[in-house]
Amino acid sequence: MSMKQDIILAGVGGQGILSIAAVIDLAALHGGLEIRQAEVHGMSQRGGAVESHLRLSDRPIHSDLIARGTADLLISVEPLEALRHRPFLAAAGRLVTAMEPVVNMEGYPPMEEVRRELLRSGRPVLVEAHRIAIGCGSQKASNMVVLGAAAPFIAIPPERIEAAIGELFRRKGAEVVDMNIRAFQRGLEASQEQAASCEGPTTSETA
Amino acid sequence: MERQLLLGAEAVALAAIDAGISGAYAYPGTPSTEITEFVQRSGEARQRGVRSAWSANEKTAYEAALGMSYAGKRALVSMKHVGLNVAADAFINSALTGVGGGLVLCVADDPSMHSSQNEQDSRIYGRMAMIPILEPSSQQELYDAVREAFPLSESLSLPVMVRITTRLSHSRAGVLAREAEPQRLLTEPGSLPPAERFVLMPANARRQYRHLIGLQPEIERLAEESRLNRSVGGTSETGVMACGIAYNYVMEVRERYGLDLPVLKTGQYPAPREAARELFSRCRRVLVAEEGYPVMEELLRGFFGNEKILGRLDGTLPRTGELDTDIIARALGLESAPFEPAPGIVAPRPPELCRGCGHRDLFDALNSVMAEHSYQSVFSDIGCYTLGALPPFSAIHTCVDMGASITMAKGAADAGLRPAVAVIGDSTFTHSGMTGLLDALNDRSAVTLIIADNDTTAMTGGQDSAATGNRLETICLGLGVDAGHLRVIVPLRSRLKENITVLREEIAYEGVSVVIARRVCVEEAARRKKNT
Repeated sequence: MSMKQDIILAGVGGQGILSIAAVIDLAALHGGLEIRQAEVHGMSQRGGAVESHLRLSDRPIHSDLIARGTADLLISVEPLEALRHRPFLAAAGRLVTAMEPVVNMEGYPPMEEVRRELLRSGRPVLVEAHRIAIGCGSQKASNMVVLGAAAPFIAIPPERIEAAIGELFRRKGAEVVDMNIRAFQRGLEASQEQAASCEGPTTSETA
Repeated sequence: MERQLLLGAEAVALAAIDAGISGAYAYPGTPSTEITEFVQRSGEARQRGVRSAWSANEKTAYEAALGMSYAGKRALVSMKHVGLNVAADAFINSALTGVGGGLVLCVADDPSMHSSQNEQDSRIYGRMAMIPILEPSSQQELYDAVREAFPLSESLSLPVMVRITTRLSHSRAGVLAREAEPQRLLTEPGSLPPAERFVLMPANARRQYRHLIGLQPEIERLAEESRLNRSVGGTSETGVMACGIAYNYVMEVRERYGLDLPVLKTGQYPAPREAARELFSRCRRVLVAEEGYPVMEELLRGFFGNEKILGRLDGTLPRTGELDTDIIARALGLESAPFEPAPGIVAPRPPELCRGCGHRDLFDALNSVMAEHSYQSVFSDIGCYTLGALPPFSAIHTCVDMGASITMAKGAADAGLRPAVAVIGDSTFTHSGMTGLLDALNDRSAVTLIIADNDTTAMTGGQDSAATGNRLETICLGLGVDAGHLRVIVPLRSRLKENITVLREEIAYEGVSVVIARRVCVEEAARRKKNT
């Protein structure tokens, strides 16, 4: 059986989606998978909307970009960016997003409307990533919380992703590694709790 | 050797290091910056003593690479597409002089203008120079092509262009490197290239030009035989000529829709004539898919047209912008996957100046001074401060090319426009602003130049500029700026009032005045703190 997974990562410039990508890349590389990961450099990194296309397969991959309507997974570190990038998601695709808005723009819609739209997207996993990350030691680890929440849907075992976090942050010292791994684990737990409650889509905020 | 995960840009750098370069010359510019950054970080490059300091601009970078090649060693020079406009004089002429050690130009085009002011296609420059152009489609192919570009350059004694586009440069994939070659030695005294080649006086230039034209059949033959040009068999009536990374999207469509599409992958120019002839004789229609301008398509259509050809010029593909899988699918009459559009509540999120950025405080002060005048246009330039064009600042009104702020302000001042104010960054100033300032000084034009000095090349991620380390005053005084009208301010909210006063005084001055607004980039300050 062949394996192929297309993941869109979304967020605001400076929120750390490239670190999420780097972790998945490392885990996939060690798993012997083919990888293509397109990322955004340049002007939009200055607080604009950013995205990364991450494709994993056990066979050669042709395109660096994922076509709209075909992504298996959309991982966003910001709720409005999740909606902006929803067109990439396949009908059966899964959406995982942090729920804390980054309001650095005109016309940010009311959060109730953002939430209502997100709940229309299949079975979304909505996580309070900042709160969980602060509980782990720093809000900076929010991106790893979101990665943890997405881990059940990534075609790489969570242990391997965890090892890759260790590898990526190693040069920053044991403390940073531990914090990021904790954040990953808490995100994973929050996601599993949501999956366990079968009453339709719920969020970690209600848990 | 182990597979490494590399950006396309990094694959270029690694290949060049492994090919034994002794220098990598560049000025930063998206999407090419990561090439030189990789060389600067590379332990292998450091151990080999590869020179890789940033150049003042693309022209100085190209000329330094040519000089290294003249001395017998291999050199890489890289830039973004519009950088080649700056380096064009050196580039085109180096095809006449030829090279010594292998000289490879990697130029990164930015179709869709993700971070650029146009989407010009460097292959046209390559054609003008009449040199081989390589356009690989994957990161591995890019590594291999750059390795081979150096001996190719030496065998023809010509520079070789490697053209990449944004998505290849900024996408990672596993790359397998090959064993590194030793660096080349300095050419022996008496064996340097002869003056008849390198002194491009008319008599020499004419001979060299005839020589270059004489090489064309050989360049075409090499392209015919290149592994970068190859056919993928298929029986359908429609075929595709897929250049560069367009090949990736075409193959993605071919696989996803289970098509039996014949494809001519085109990755080395001049394009392979025989293979193209074969594709055209076999197919009723041929889609020409290329990133950037319809360069191949125009050639193939010719002046009188060709009914078989589909592409950007007949509307089968969009006339502008980069390609992707959906666009190729639609061009082949296929339906792309259905998708849920983004809801109407999703407002745009444009980029913005960082919180705490000194440019914000500069623009606040400048806006309040400009509000006192009836003409309120400010000439500006390329860098982070270009974001000052957007609300809430709306403080600048031009951004055309590197250095144009000063010279446009000079011309406008000469026309009688007052005040004539230019805003330029420290790196852009040393790139192309100094000569313009000299013009204004020599002609005594009433221009106020504001150098937004954040001590780095910020937009591309914080590379040293030629002015890094507070050298701007010396440069300005050396050019002839009156010391009484060379002022330094610190763009901080707390100093708003005094900054307004300084700007007001210098803008009122009927001559050349320079205000250096100096505060280190907040991102750069954070990086420096981290590294200490």
